[in-house]
Amino acid sequence: MAEFKNKLFEQMVKDFAETEVKPLAQEIDEQERFPMETVQKMAKLGMFGIIVPTQYGGAGGNYPMYINAVEELSKHCATTGVVLSAHTSLCVAPILEYGTEEQKAKYLPKLSSGEKIGAFALTEPNAGTDAGNQQTVAVECDDHYVLNGSKIFITNAGYASVYIVIAVTGKLPKGVEMTAFIVDSEMPGFSVGKKEKKMGIRGSSTCELVFENVVVPKANVLGKRGDGFKIAMKTLDGGRIGIAAQALGIAEGALDATIQYVKSRKQFGKPLSAFQNTQFVLADLATKIAAAKGLVGVATNAKQNKLPTLSVNAAQAKLFAAETAMEVTTKCVQLHGGYGYTREYPVERMMRDAKITEIYEGTSEVQRMVISGALLRK
Amino acid sequence: MAKNIFVFCEQRDGEIQSVALELLGVAKQLATVSGEQVCALLLGSNVADKASQLVAYGADVVYVVDDVNLAQFVTEPYTQAITQIAREYQPNAMLFGATSIGRDLAPRLSARLKTGLTADCTQLEIDQDGNLFMTRPAFGGNLFATIVCPEHKPQMSTVRPGVMKMMEPDYNRQGEVVSKTIAWDKSKFVVEVVEEVKEVQTVEKIEEAKLLVSCGRGVKDLTEAQNLATKLGGTVSASRCLVDAGMVDHNRQVGQTGKTVRPQVYFAFGISGAIQHLAGMEESEYIVAVNTDKSAPIFKVANLGIVADAQAVIKQLNKLI
Amino acid sequence: MKIIVCIKQVPNTTEIKIDPVTNTLKRDGVPSIINPDDKAALEVALQLKENCGAHVDVVTMGPQQAEVALREALAMGADNAYLLTDRAFAGSDTLATSTIIASAIKKLGADVVLCGRQAIDGDTAQVGPQIAEHLDIPQVTYASQVDYVDGALVVKRQFEDRYQTLRVATPCLVTVLSSAYKPRYMNVADIVAQDQKQVEAITFNDVVVNPEDIGLKGSPTKVKSTATKQFDKQIATYELGAEEAAKLIVDTLKQKHLI
Repeated sequence: MAEFKNKLFEQMVKDFAETEVKPLAQEIDEQERFPMETVQKMAKLGMFGIIVPTQYGGAGGNYPMYINAVEELSKHCATTGVVLSAHTSLCVAPILEYGTEEQKAKYLPKLSSGEKIGAFALTEPNAGTDAGNQQTVAVECDDHYVLNGSKIFITNAGYASVYIVIAVTGKLPKGVEMTAFIVDSEMPGFSVGKKEKKMGIRGSSTCELVFENVVVPKANVLGKRGDGFKIAMKTLDGGRIGIAAQALGIAEGALDATIQYVKSRKQFGKPLSAFQNTQFVLADLATKIAAAKGLVGVATNAKQNKLPTLSVNAAQAKLFAAETAMEVTTKCVQLHGGYGYTREYPVERMMRDAKITEIYEGTSEVQRMVISGALLRK
Repeated sequence: MAKNIFVFCEQRDGEIQSVALELLGVAKQLATVSGEQVCALLLGSNVADKASQLVAYGADVVYVVDDVNLAQFVTEPYTQAITQIAREYQPNAMLFGATSIGRDLAPRLSARLKTGLTADCTQLEIDQDGNLFMTRPAFGGNLFATIVCPEHKPQMSTVRPGVMKMMEPDYNRQGEVVSKTIAWDKSKFVVEVVEEVKEVQTVEKIEEAKLLVSCGRGVKDLTEAQNLATKLGGTVSASRCLVDAGMVDHNRQVGQTGKTVRPQVYFAFGISGAIQHLAGMEESEYIVAVNTDKSAPIFKVANLGIVADAQAVIKQLNKLI
Repeated sequence: MKIIVCIKQVPNTTEIKIDPVTNTLKRDGVPSIINPDDKAALEVALQLKENCGAHVDVVTMGPQQAEVALREALAMGADNAYLLTDRAFAGSDTLATSTIIASAIKKLGADVVLCGRQAIDGDTAQVGPQIAEHLDIPQVTYASQVDYVDGALVVKRQFEDRYQTLRVATPCLVTVLSSAYKPRYMNVADIVAQDQKQVEAITFNDVVVNPEDIGLKGSPTKVKSTATKQFDKQIATYELGAEEAAKLIVDTLKQKHLI
């Protein structure tokens, strides 16, 4: 029997994005405001538990549906896209994959319903791309660990109440031992610090997290002690597909807006779309977007089917989609001319939003390291 | 044999609706071709005195059912009354206004009389044998279909208000007025009217309107524009400058920073047509632009452009419609 | 309470274009949607289900491709879906269509039948009242609000210049205005769950209906001819006094059937 779910989901999320997300995009960007009302609507529809099995209160959907959602949301508002991506890829997914039965039963229903938003904390002031240089420490003490240190650039911080936190739990002959913890925002000693003022995705909340003697029960260790670095890297493999989808959505949204513009804007007595320069630029951009979409599809399939190529597939998808988003939005602003530089048209915002996709969850340089590393390891 | 053209003459609170008079006008033209009579159906309570008006507008015979059961419009009593008359007189054709009453009543009747019905016609023609050709828009007005109902009588149609031309009334015209009594089956009267409240329709969303009276800098007084919109069954929208001036609410703004609209008819009154405005409306099906500036860009997208004072044209349109 | 919602799959007419060469409608690639008024009727049914525990079935008549419209209804929260499909049904006008749908409703049984006021591809608003007549139940059309109070429906019925509040006992049929009810989005869990449900086919053999009353044979009305709207791509601009201008506008729009 033919399955309809992916088709219906695409229809729903497209409709939702156009009707509910698009009208707010400019406002939340200008006001640097977290789109709480949209998040609540998404929660009601079950969009925060797309990939969670029904037994844990999720929708029982699949990875392609989730990626499709990030893409469609990001066509109109990259902020809304990353809220879902960080929640799903970086918090829900690792709990699903590495969590104990108790942890899944405790956290997944509320994360699925959207009652709780999830986030992920790896980056530190001195540990960005060099993620091994962690300084947040967790000291074992009876039935718990005591967490001290700080994290920066944490997406969804302040609005999330469940955080996957990577911390140092010991020394190894080479480097340090890292462990992943599930940290509740209600735990005493946990606080949200400085909020970043960003170039793009300005409605997304990006803050510092501070841990001062936070007591984390051993029951909240995700995976085994010492698995932290592996869990972080695997989690980021999944997360990169979400960011690739976000980048793809931004590029598609910019192209759509630009096609509309060049058809209506007239110069020298004809629409911009009648000029060959416009036509060729659009053709190139559409082709790159199609290629990016293909790579996102390959990576999504790898994730859904747990293929060993996932890490490289995800890196390639993110690298190419992010650089495509940057190129597409830059050229779309150019095609808009002076109007493109104003906030009257959405491409200005999209160009600012696109830049982050080349940076977070592994810069483009890191993606190249992942890809080349796999090539040369053979 | 089925004969004559019957017209359901809708009245509300005892007032004959203009669509009924329009239908009498077209029915008279048709009846002349087919050699038939125009028979008006006048249903209501305390409405018998309106029969002479129907004669003046073209009815040859008026069948009056003046009954307290018809005081307010409810589908079943109206259906029973017309069914009884139709079975007795065997009309060749029956016309209804395509109003919220006509479009409720006519389909119910067509199913009871087991005959065909064509909705929302904008053109009616007839041949000498009394075959009716009913033309109606389809697919949102992209297509026109001519429908016939060759083997069933009466041939039924609802007709769009405002399209047909009413006759000049002639109060010296002679017509027959026949009062009818209906044998009600009251066991079917199961819909109870709890209340009926008159209201001015709240305005719909401009994106959903089929007709927009859009105003720009060239319109100083919106009351006339509002009247015109109401008469045409449309809605008022505006360009950005009226919104910025606080004359119109933002949710009625057409254009890049407002709404994108594509109504069947878009009136651009006193709108110059900046690109941001055009982006929001140029896909409208038919654009009428009125502006004093001959070189205004709005004229490049208008199907019908008129260089004139918008406010004055609106005023004249209100007189004419 | 058992509710049957009649829905129709229609081309999204806002995207329909006319082929300039053949003068026919370009339907290729035009997405199909659930008719907006019908979707509002489904929303009414789902709200009644939430508020007083109704069972909601959806019915559509159409080709196999209409299954996706029923699937969408299931993903919005309908319980069961039925597709009326048979060669014998093809070519039906509104009267024949209403005969077929009424026969299916008789078979399935319903306390309340909900339809959209009219479909955007036909704009007839006829099938709902005709179904009601075939079922011999009362109808209320142009509903902008529907509530279930003390065993009866209380319906706000819109007219151009007024509204009525009507109380109607079940069984009855109500046609709903899309402007009054914003349909919910499909829910992700229901989107996934609908793949486990069957869309049941109802064919000619499953219903009690006279073959003379359906299809082309059972349709009193016939399409004699069609014509596309002629657009004068030529743009005409006139310099006129206000009075003449108004007359020209009215005449032109009337001639084009636009007012």
